[in-house]
Amino acid sequence: MPILETQELTYVYSPGTPFEKTAVDHVNISIEKGEMIGVMGHTGSGKSTLIQHFNGLLRPTSGKVLLDGKDIWEDKTKIRDVRFRVGLVFQYPEYQLFEETVFKDIAFGPKNMGLDEAEIKRRVLETSHDIGLSEELMERSPFDLSGGQKRRAAIAGVMAMEPDVLILDEPTAGLDPAGRDKILGHIKAYHRRTGNTTLIVSHSMEDIASFADRILVMSDSKLFCFDDTVKVFARSEEISSIGLDVPQITRVFDELKRQGADFGKEVYTVEYAKNLLLKRLSEREVP
Amino acid sequence: MLRDITIGQYFPGNSLIHRLDPRFKIVITVLYIIMLFAGGTYTGLAIGAVYAFIAIALSKIKPKMFVKSIKPIMPFLLITAVINLLLVSSGEILWQWKFLKITDAGINISVFMIIRIVLLIAGTSLLTYTTSPITLTDAIERLLSPLKKLKFPVHELAMMMSIALRFIPTLIEETDKIMSAQKARGAEIDTGSFITRARNLVSILVPLFISSFRRADELATAMECRCYNGGSGRTRLRQLKSAPRDYAALFVTAAFLAGEIIIGRIWH
Repeated sequence: MPILETQELTYVYSPGTPFEKTAVDHVNISIEKGEMIGVMGHTGSGKSTLIQHFNGLLRPTSGKVLLDGKDIWEDKTKIRDVRFRVGLVFQYPEYQLFEETVFKDIAFGPKNMGLDEAEIKRRVLETSHDIGLSEELMERSPFDLSGGQKRRAAIAGVMAMEPDVLILDEPTAGLDPAGRDKILGHIKAYHRRTGNTTLIVSHSMEDIASFADRILVMSDSKLFCFDDTVKVFARSEEISSIGLDVPQITRVFDELKRQGADFGKEVYTVEYAKNLLLKRLSEREVP
Repeated sequence: MLRDITIGQYFPGNSLIHRLDPRFKIVITVLYIIMLFAGGTYTGLAIGAVYAFIAIALSKIKPKMFVKSIKPIMPFLLITAVINLLLVSSGEILWQWKFLKITDAGINISVFMIIRIVLLIAGTSLLTYTTSPITLTDAIERLLSPLKKLKFPVHELAMMMSIALRFIPTLIEETDKIMSAQKARGAEIDTGSFITRARNLVSILVPLFISSFRRADELATAMECRCYNGGSGRTRLRQLKSAPRDYAALFVTAAFLAGEIIIGRIWH
């Protein structure tokens, strides 16, 4: 059974006013437990609206969101429990830090869950370790941290709820390449350790190619496609036509193919490309 | 929830009302308010209502939006009605309990006040619905400009107003975003007991204040970078020009007001 599923999910902003706009249009998806999914779509394609339905922050205008096969809006009073099970990290999450110390801020979510002190402490220390924040930072004010540290503290605040599904909306936006790799690395390690389901919204095709099992593409409020990473990047022309990019290395191999050097495989990571090229070269040397 | 706030909201359009010179619109709105308060009779109010309905129809804005503009002042309306109802002592007494009594005059005044306030809000909402905040402050600046002679900082006032108006939607959006983020962490903001809600308010107010200060700082820097040094010597991108239709609208409004006053005189 899929852990997260949507059926004909539709959301309309400001219905009945001149600003009425359908942001999500009859979207059907189904996500299996333990998957790592990349979410793509240009600005205004509806992807942020879509992910806010997964933890019940937005209520569908029509259609359903199912968590473990159960409609999350079946019992309105239980919606908080859904939010603990589906953790959502917003864009620029560092702007939501507010407590006196990093520890207290990360503990905000677990505390709202009503856990006891010892359990809260375990979770805070474990997640902050997972995300790469050292223990001596815990008693500092979150406003004294560096940009990257703030971002990681905010992500830890959601991770500490130990959600079954973790959704991150552009967790690397506005960071330098080193900070970007660091955060993605920590998220990947966390995913491997806990085996949770992770969705990451990103504009960087290189990033998505490096972690995603499957890619969900939104375009113009509709689901454009939701398929294995290889298959999505194989449709590079269509992807370009909706204003998105495929990884640079895929473009290089597309061009090679056009010029006659067909490798017969869809290439989307540099590592894979390197192995492929080395193999081809060694085959040449042998005869 | 927060999106439902309509105060100061502008609905772009191209109706006759939208195209009126904002300076005239402000003056006309003031005349309309006088219209509602000058005639102390139902006839006077009826004339004001007819005037408001014509203007609303001309604006081509959905009547639903005007109903929505009344919503936030509902508590205020109720309190006014109840106070008038219970404390007016003239007239024939219909019901009494200690010092509280309901009289026919009290009922009359309550109903009258409600109609008057509803007309006041619906009519004045038309001004902000059909005029963008920027043109509105432009117009205020021009209308107040004679005060410059008295060293009154008209330009600064208008600039502060336009900045405040400009940032209302931004701050609403920001609040919405922070609220969502904290709700995602299980904060109870629109559910839960009063005390949990109040405590959770901190988790919204702190980030909101911090970001407001950051924005103010950035805005100041941006203004400085463009060599902003107050109003002296500044020219305008959009010049306000009055057209014959503006004078016509003013004339019609004045006619309504005059008609109301005259009818009121004859009646008595």
